[in-house]
Amino acid sequence: MKRVVITGIGIYSCIGVSKEEVRDGLYQGRSGIGIDPSRTEYGYRSPLTGIVPRPDLKESLTRRQRICLPEEGEYAFMATQEALEDACIDTDYLDRNEAGILFGNDSSSKAVIESHEICVAKKDTTLLGSGAIFQSMNSTVTMNLSTIFRLRGINMTISAACASGSHSIGLGALLIRMGLQEMIVCGGAQETNVLSMASFDGLNAFSTRTDQPQKASRPFDKGRDGLVPSGGAATVILEEYEHAVKRGARIYAEVAGYGFSSNGMHISQPSEEGSAKAMALALADASLKPSDIDYINAHATSTVLGDSYEALAIDRIFGKEKTPISSTKGMTGHECWMAGASEVVYTLLMMRDSFIAPNLNLEEPDENSKKLNIIAKTLDRKLDICLSNSFGFGGTNSALILKKI
Amino acid sequence: MNRKEIIDIINKFLVEDIEVEPDALKEEAFLKEDLGIDSLDFVDIVVVVEQNFGFKIKPEEMSKVKTLSQFYDYIERKLNAS
Repeated sequence: MKRVVITGIGIYSCIGVSKEEVRDGLYQGRSGIGIDPSRTEYGYRSPLTGIVPRPDLKESLTRRQRICLPEEGEYAFMATQEALEDACIDTDYLDRNEAGILFGNDSSSKAVIESHEICVAKKDTTLLGSGAIFQSMNSTVTMNLSTIFRLRGINMTISAACASGSHSIGLGALLIRMGLQEMIVCGGAQETNVLSMASFDGLNAFSTRTDQPQKASRPFDKGRDGLVPSGGAATVILEEYEHAVKRGARIYAEVAGYGFSSNGMHISQPSEEGSAKAMALALADASLKPSDIDYINAHATSTVLGDSYEALAIDRIFGKEKTPISSTKGMTGHECWMAGASEVVYTLLMMRDSFIAPNLNLEEPDENSKKLNIIAKTLDRKLDICLSNSFGFGGTNSALILKKI
Repeated sequence: MNRKEIIDIINKFLVEDIEVEPDALKEEAFLKEDLGIDSLDFVDIVVVVEQNFGFKIKPEEMSKVKTLSQFYDYIERKLNAS
């Protein structure tokens, strides 16, 4: 089996629009959460969201490229451009070598809803414009990025709810391990427009702590009242180890383990069993013991059920080790389809610069979280091997282990 | 609406919405070969014509329009007929 490494990272999120901005945000424990008044006007319970600026792509992309690209695609373009540059991969390289793309995405609501509105008003599909179909398909991110960056390998979108980004990296790693690809652009993207999160808000899942937006996302904290949605995009360049060494690429870490499972139970409730299974499989895949893990980036979204089941699962496997844990969602909110990829990027930045980003707003851990070693304030710490959890609706679970080499 | 007004509106949306180079807007220019307008761009031209002139281009009529001058003629004819 081949080994798989990460040789480039890119991130566009509510705590920064480049990896260095994000690194500083993580270290400083900076919240990216704010209020979007249009959500209240639209009928949301909660106007809280990660505030992600829209990039201006007029200089970077042609008109044809721009009109096919939805909001989440714009973010994915920005993150991927940064990641390719970070990996020293230019258009000349991509014209001469095969690279694939696997990206996590699970909605493209705006284009779908706006097309419907035009049809209702005009009763004529030919007035939807040429970009509508390419923006509205679930595979919009991969279909757009593969044409923009001229990628000629594997090309598809992974839709697995809030674990989409994590599974895209895990599945990409499997393809490279098997020798089927040398390089794959992996990641996750998430739209933040007012149309994208309405039905999620309707589940009463979002925090309504509007008087203190930056204190609203409180993973593992007893005083939490729900998650805060956010978005953007994150990209990692996965590469076969020998290939990376041969071209002199800088290596952030090896994707040493990937564990996945499905709860096979409730559509929205998580499970201790399923979460623990994904972590245990990732450890087995990497041939590592719980004591080898220096840090766990938890999925914990700031919901009572989700945080509790994950705390129980982590305690089941890592209880004896008291492994340091934090959920970066206290700063970023829940980046949903993107989260599994962005949290790998956050973890890689922590590994690169030897620190653990804080679990923001943890004042009093709940009953199950009390048992865990949750890092509430930034900690300078050398990190060699880390685990990142991602879980999603439908009971899909993913755990990735990143190891310095 | 006179022909000059029609030409100004068409040229404006070709530059602003379809991003055709202003220097390329010559009456004898071929829409596909000289202005680089492809089949997907024609879909967007249907939308902007509807927004600017209030009528729908028929694809079978538009397929006979090859040059910019013919496009001006076509729009002018449709507007005068309505």
